[in-house]
Amino acid sequence: MSSAGEIAIPDVYVVADNIVSPLGKTTVDNFSALKTGETAVKQHADEAISNQPIFASLFDKGQDFYEDTEQKYTRFERLLIASVGGALQGSDINVGDEKTVLILSSTKGNISLLETENNAPELKARISLSASAKLIAEHFGFKNQPVIISNACISGVLAIITGMRLLRTGQYENAVIMGADVISKFIVSGFQSFQALSKEVCKPFDQSRDGLNLGEGAGTIILSTNKKYGDNIKVLGGSVSNDANHISGPSRTGEELAFAINSALKDASRQASDIDFISAHGTATVFNDEMEANAITIAGLQNVPLNSLKGNYGHTLGAAGLIESIISIQSLKQGLVLPTYGYQENGVTNAVNVCSSAIQVDADSFIKTASGFGGCNAAVIFGR
Amino acid sequence: MLNNKYITGSCTISNGIVRKNGQMVFENQHAVLSNFLLSVYQAFKFSYPKFYKMDNLSKLGWLASEILLQDASLKERYKPEETGLILANANSSLDNDLKYQNTINDIPSPSVFVYTLPNIVIGEICIKNNFKGEHAFFIQDKFDAGFIYTQLNYLLDIDILQAGICGWVDVLGEEYKAALFLIEKSNTGQGLVFSPDNMDRIFNTIN
Repeated sequence: MSSAGEIAIPDVYVVADNIVSPLGKTTVDNFSALKTGETAVKQHADEAISNQPIFASLFDKGQDFYEDTEQKYTRFERLLIASVGGALQGSDINVGDEKTVLILSSTKGNISLLETENNAPELKARISLSASAKLIAEHFGFKNQPVIISNACISGVLAIITGMRLLRTGQYENAVIMGADVISKFIVSGFQSFQALSKEVCKPFDQSRDGLNLGEGAGTIILSTNKKYGDNIKVLGGSVSNDANHISGPSRTGEELAFAINSALKDASRQASDIDFISAHGTATVFNDEMEANAITIAGLQNVPLNSLKGNYGHTLGAAGLIESIISIQSLKQGLVLPTYGYQENGVTNAVNVCSSAIQVDADSFIKTASGFGGCNAAVIFGR
Repeated sequence: MLNNKYITGSCTISNGIVRKNGQMVFENQHAVLSNFLLSVYQAFKFSYPKFYKMDNLSKLGWLASEILLQDASLKERYKPEETGLILANANSSLDNDLKYQNTINDIPSPSVFVYTLPNIVIGEICIKNNFKGEHAFFIQDKFDAGFIYTQLNYLLDIDILQAGICGWVDVLGEEYKAALFLIEKSNTGQGLVFSPDNMDRIFNTIN
């Protein structure tokens, strides 16, 4: 228990989680694949998503996630259904309870329908994230109106922070937080127009990094304030900040992400010295990694072991914050911080402690960071 | 509730009418949206070249925020990290997404693509005002004042924020509506208590 003013704030526990990615359909499968050094990023030559071949982490074309006999759901929604179903399987949360809320995180959701369907007025309603959230809520029997977050590349971390706050205020007891994005020509062409895509598997924080890879996937985390989960890992605190500098380029100094990190530490009643490892955003663009290393240095975390999973998963957009947090929760449980796939030699001005091989740690807590277009930054801390 | 908060200002833009604190301050009922937005910009004599690069969603939200914050002197009273934004809409960035989609098979433009995210309007308002605090963009079927209230109220209660701008900014084609509220802990303005009902009342008086 911690307190702010007169209000006692309940602890928020992680009840269950799931990842559906090209590396596997469960958290355990995904973590095992990462432990053996697998990456899902490879070259794809598919004119439906790009005129030139690209390196990305994509599901196999024939692979589906949920048998949709009534053809009710889009690919994006079937992916979410698989992930939420997987997470619920490992928990005893009652989704029909009025104390349970469903939260959706996505950047572009069903946007690929613009490419495949006729542009009719009904399509505009079908594309909306509200339509997807409603269908998924009905599928599982959630009673409450779902909460939807679309805040660029911090969406997943922000969804966790929002869930934590909704539970802290006592409005709900349980939160099922799902995030996903699927990759289409819409998204690929946009990142290509920014010349943001790497010509190979991306290399976070490395000297020769030249951009990011896009990735598909979904992640789900279930949180609860119910004391029966008291032995579980907790969401300790989180914070969001804005650069107020540029809509498509990160801060020049990293001070704003550092502010979010420091505020998250304060919210978690932790010191920088309490953090055992960092799950970085680490997109492998020149500017993101430079800014992030600056921020981590300003926050006094430059010696803390750090990884980026973008070389394994690519940038999974609205799912990234969830997938990377879930993997890091496994790291905390198993005392094993995973390496940064693709990293060889320091390539940022303020060197940070990037793990190039897996390290065993007796870990108590970690911080997950994210930044995105619109100048947004977020940090969330998990721990015992 | 730990302490009272107040709606110290509001700005709504819909159906060709701009209202500040409930009073009509500009009207131009017969223009298409892009021309209407430009006419608001010109009527208030704003000088901000970035405005011309924005998509309609960012233009609408930016204009509403500028009119809301005129004479509010937030910069003098709060640190950059103490002001935040909680915004929502129904159509995300779909208005600009449709425009971007039309460029894909030609030459995709990074300056159009960047507006294919709804939170860019928050970024634009933060850049103009040097706001660096908490912020979030939510998608809602319709304006959910209770949810927005809960989010901002929590951040004000635990002193993460001292001031907040919250509300609705939505554009799809020629359909648009903005309703922004300035929320502070001391009653500097017209004295409405910050509550879902008071936000709904202002939101519902416009069409």
